[in-house]
Order: sequence, then C-alpha cells, then structure tokens
Amino acid sequence: MDNQYFIDDQTLSPAALEKKHRLETDPSSRKNHMEYLPGMEQIESDVCERVMAQMKAYDPAAYTAQDVRRALQHETCTVEDFKALLSPAAEPFLEQMARRAQRETSRHFGNTVYLFTPLYIANYCENYCVYCGFNCYNHIRRMKLNREQIEHEMQVIAESGMEEILILTGESRSMSDIEYIGEACKLARQYFRMVGLEIYPVNTEEYRYLHECGADYVTVFQETYDADRYEQLHLMGHKRVWPYRFDAQERALRGGMRGVAFSALLGLADFRKDALASALHVYYLQRKYPAAEMSLSCPRLRPIINNDKINPQDVHETQLCQILCAYRIFLPFVGITVSSRESAQFRDGIVKIAATKVSAGVSTGIGDHESKYTGKETEGEQGDEQFEINDARSFKTMYRDMSREGLQPVLNDYLYV
Amino acid sequence: MNQKDTLILGGHEFHSRFILGSGKYSLELIQAAVEGAGAEIITLAVRRANTKETENILDYIPQGVTLLPNTSGARTAEEAVRIARLARELGCGNFVKIEIMRDSKYLLPDNQETIRATEILAKEGFVVLPYMYPDLNVARDLENAGAAAIMPLAAPIGSNKGLATKEFIQILIDEMDLPIIVDAGIGRPSQACEAMEMGAAAIMANTALATAGDLLTMARAFKQAIEAGRGAYLAGLGRVLTRGASASDPLTGFLRD
Repeated sequence: MDNQYFIDDQTLSPAALEKKHRLETDPSSRKNHMEYLPGMEQIESDVCERVMAQMKAYDPAAYTAQDVRRALQHETCTVEDFKALLSPAAEPFLEQMARRAQRETSRHFGNTVYLFTPLYIANYCENYCVYCGFNCYNHIRRMKLNREQIEHEMQVIAESGMEEILILTGESRSMSDIEYIGEACKLARQYFRMVGLEIYPVNTEEYRYLHECGADYVTVFQETYDADRYEQLHLMGHKRVWPYRFDAQERALRGGMRGVAFSALLGLADFRKDALASALHVYYLQRKYPAAEMSLSCPRLRPIINNDKINPQDVHETQLCQILCAYRIFLPFVGITVSSRESAQFRDGIVKIAATKVSAGVSTGIGDHESKYTGKETEGEQGDEQFEINDARSFKTMYRDMSREGLQPVLNDYLYV
Repeated sequence: MNQKDTLILGGHEFHSRFILGSGKYSLELIQAAVEGAGAEIITLAVRRANTKETENILDYIPQGVTLLPNTSGARTAEEAVRIARLARELGCGNFVKIEIMRDSKYLLPDNQETIRATEILAKEGFVVLPYMYPDLNVARDLENAGAAAIMPLAAPIGSNKGLATKEFIQILIDEMDLPIIVDAGIGRPSQACEAMEMGAAAIMANTALATAGDLLTMARAFKQAIEAGRGAYLAGLGRVLTRGASASDPLTGFLRD
C-alpha cells in the first residue's frame, strides 16, 4: 500500500484547490518531466545512461544465497556482487555483511565519525512534491532569514562547537536566489571550517560562483531514480525536471566543488533499485572525476506537518542496515551520512558498522536554533520544519555519546584552499 | 653494530625508525606509538588539525616528538604549498610530508605534482618528505628538487597488503643516496621487518596499529620488527642466489690456466 500523500488545506482558494486536484489526478495537466526548462544547462554526459541501464536490468528476486556467499568471498565487490548484496537473498547474511562492512569502514576511516549540522535559511518552495513538508500547497509558516538572522543562527551554532555546516533552502529561485545563498556562504566561512550546500540544482557557472563564496560540497538528492515514479510524486515546479537534477553533481564538480553527495529518499519507490542507482551514480561519476570526494545518504520518508501518516513503507531498519552495509562493501572509500531522521539507537549502532558522518543539534525549521539550543524564548518569528526528526541529540551530547561508543568525533576534515 | 645508528632527516637526528602516519588517530593510538613503538615523529593531517579548541590534535602530541604535518586533501602542487605554509603558521615546525592525490578511491599520489610542490617548499626552507609512487626517475627528480627523504608506497594506503611494490622500492634503496622511508600499506610487523632488511631507512604506518586489537602490544611488536630488520640489514644478510640457477658444473671449467 502506498502512502496517502494528498492533503487539502482549508486556506487554499477554490482555484488553487482545483489546480492542485487536476495535477494530482490528471497526468496530462503536468509538464513533461524529462524536458529541460528554459535556463537549465544541458551537459554532455553518459553517466545517466549507464546508471539507468543497470537499474532497468536489475531484478532483485533473481539473486540466490549462493550469489550472496560468492559476493562476500570476493575481495573486490563487483557491480554484480553489489546487486546480490542488495537483494532479498542477502537478508539472512546481514550479520556477515555487517562484519565485512565494519572491516572496510575501519580500514578506510579508522574509528572516526564526522559531526555536522544543517542550517535551513529559507523554506519557500515553488515545487509540489507530494511527500515534502515544504511543498507549495502545504500550509506552513514560511520564512526567509535576512543577513542578520543568518549570522545570528551561525553564531549560536558555532558557539556550540560545530565546525561544519550544511546550508539548506527550500527550492525557490525567486525567494532564495543565488546571490542570497552566496552571501550566506560567505558568512558561513567566517564561522565554520567547512560549508556544504543543499539547495535546488543550479548551472555549472552558478556552482562556480557559490564555490568562490566559500561552499565546497554539494548535496542533491535524486529522491527516486525511477523516472516514471518521480513523475507521479513531483507534480509541479523546476524540481519536476528529472534529468536536470540527475546531472547536478556533475555540474557542481565542473564548477569546482571538492565533493558531492547523493541519495534516494527510501520509501518512494522500489528501494533496492533506488539504492543500486544511488551507488552506481557515485561509482560512474567517481571513475570520471577521480579526485572528487563523494558521499551517500540514506534518508527514509518521515511524517511532515499536516500529514503525520507518511512513513518509509517497506524500508524497515533491517533493510536500511542491509543497504548501508552493501554501500560500504561496494564503495569502501565513500562517506556515508545518517541523518537525524533515524533513531539514536540506530545511529549509535550504524556508526560502528558503516556510517561515517552524523548530524547533531538538528533543526529542520527556520530561525529557531537559539530557542532549541538554549531554551531561550526567541522574539522573532520562526519558519516551520521540513520533516520530523527522530534523534534530537545536541552537539555536546552527540560528541559525548560517540566518544563513549569508542569512536573519535572529527569536526573538520577539509581545508578550503 | 655501530652504536650510533641514527636516522638523519633535514639535519635532525632521530633514534627511532618508526613514524606514525596520520590516517586514523586517537589519543590512545598516539600514546601507543610513542610508548610502545618509540615513535619520535608523528604525522599530522593539517586539514584536521586546523580546528577550534574543542579537540585540538596538537594537544595530543607529547613533548619531544617532532610533528610531520602532511598536505592530505591537496589535489595540486599549489594546494599542497598553501597547506604547508598554513602548517608552519600554526606552529607545526618546518617538516612537511607532501601528499597530493587526484584519486579519492585509492588515494594514490600524483608524482608530477609532488615534484613541483617539493621544489617550491624546499626553496622556502621546509624539510620536505614527499609521498610517492615508487619510480626511480621521479625519485631522482625529487632529490634534485630538494627532498630530504623519499617516501614510496608499499601498497595502497590503508590496505595492509605489505610490500606490493617491493622490487621498485629495492631499486630506490639501491640507487638513491637519500633515506627511503616506506609509507602506506604495511600491515604487519613482519612486513616492516622485511622492508628494513631491504635497507629502508624507516617505516611509516598507521592503519596497521589503529586497527589492531591491542594497540600497545602491536606498537611494541612493530618496534621489535623494525629493529630486527635494521639489525639484519646492518649485519649484512647472507648471500641469496636469486638470479638464475647456481650451475653444478662451472661454466668456466674449460679454462686451462
């Protein structure tokens, strides 16, 4: 059974409601999701084709326990081995996979775990993505921080001890333009050692500008690599254009970014195929841009404001753990981030096996760090959250907990040079 | 054996021939390396050391230990040079280990860029220790560029695979006057011992220690292995006929005088 995504808000005008319903029920009212919009740069690249060919040919049910055993015996994990490790046949081998994954993580990353925090600076959005709390039809408190407010948030976060920040916005070019985001990057460089971005996909030259402003790492989630499914979930806005989003990481690298992060949002489509495509997206891009740093995330669907029923479907913790172990065995050198969408217990366990990076002191709302960090009533208004988090540990608690687990928290691993 | 068998790098004298690499660090590891393995040089990744006061790795470094900042994270000579200068500004001293990688998967060093960075930094007065893929021509270029030692890799970093490039490291040891410090890939004390027997001047390792069950015991094992290998090298290993068979009838038996 699929999630019940569609929620009608009372405040929508009859005309808006009518348009919303038409988008939801009549596919012909929606734009072609494979067609670029004016202003979107199209690059020459064969990465998408290669990833899609593998994904289309993948039949998870075709793999057997024998394939999984063979995969675990190979010193180098091939694409076929990886497909076996992602298949249902690998579930009984989870403990063995975890042990192998732990060896790989320890070889490549030792006992370190990186800590970072996200900072949402605006939640305006022009897209209608049915599962997202920021979607333009969802009635939430919208907000965009001004320069002083951004700086204040950064001060509060920096005082907690955090050295890496991930700046996020909703996807609205008109409310959060490139210059606005660039100014936030420049400010962030004054307070943090490492600045990452998770914003709407942009063109190569815009990535270059943002890199010059101080950002070094770009995260873009494809949400689902199944383009047909994507079409049913992203009904309106720039984000609807699937191939432009797919090539975002490659444009970011061409624009001079040091590293890029990838993910599917697990629970939207066939999660095994999405996990395969996410990892192959990394795999083929790494072959093309060998100097680039790469990382994978593994978000699962979470409830949002006005729709508490959204859930990750068939991706339970066991499946999530299997995916992460398979990622680690196939791509031993990539970073793996596990967000506060997951529980403290899951995160404490997975950092010892496969994950290398966790967020702490997280708010997915706008302008509320001071109240969340200090308990102080903030005078200004605040914007609503993108999704409900699960692990609400502060930076200090997370630092202490990771140390207690025998891990070495690392606050910064990059030098902007 | 010579009583004073020391390692000289850039005019500095060291008694230990074990150098702790920087890949994976912890207070416990550094203590084990210093106390167990007798390390006098500890590598420091500047990109991690450049941190605020919360957990500064500089605070971990015991007195009397020489810091060897590395330029990990650099993808070009220019980036490596900037990181080296930053390390000096941070008070890490004059030593620098050049690491330039354009490959995030195997972290293999870029020899060409490394030569360029060595030349620039040696001129600026750094004691330059370049990490390189073992190639004799490159080693000679590095010497001409002012390197204080050559650091060839034994196997991909973190792989614990031992002396995968043994033949080529032997060529460097045979042909170069500079100390050859074997870096990356040494996974066991026996492999460290073998490299020292071959005539390596020192061993750098990190993962082998960091991933051991008992850090201190493993650190001691490395110390003993390195000393054993060094002793064997200095004593002169017994003759080994490795090139061609030893014929039972002498080929020159026909000679009459």
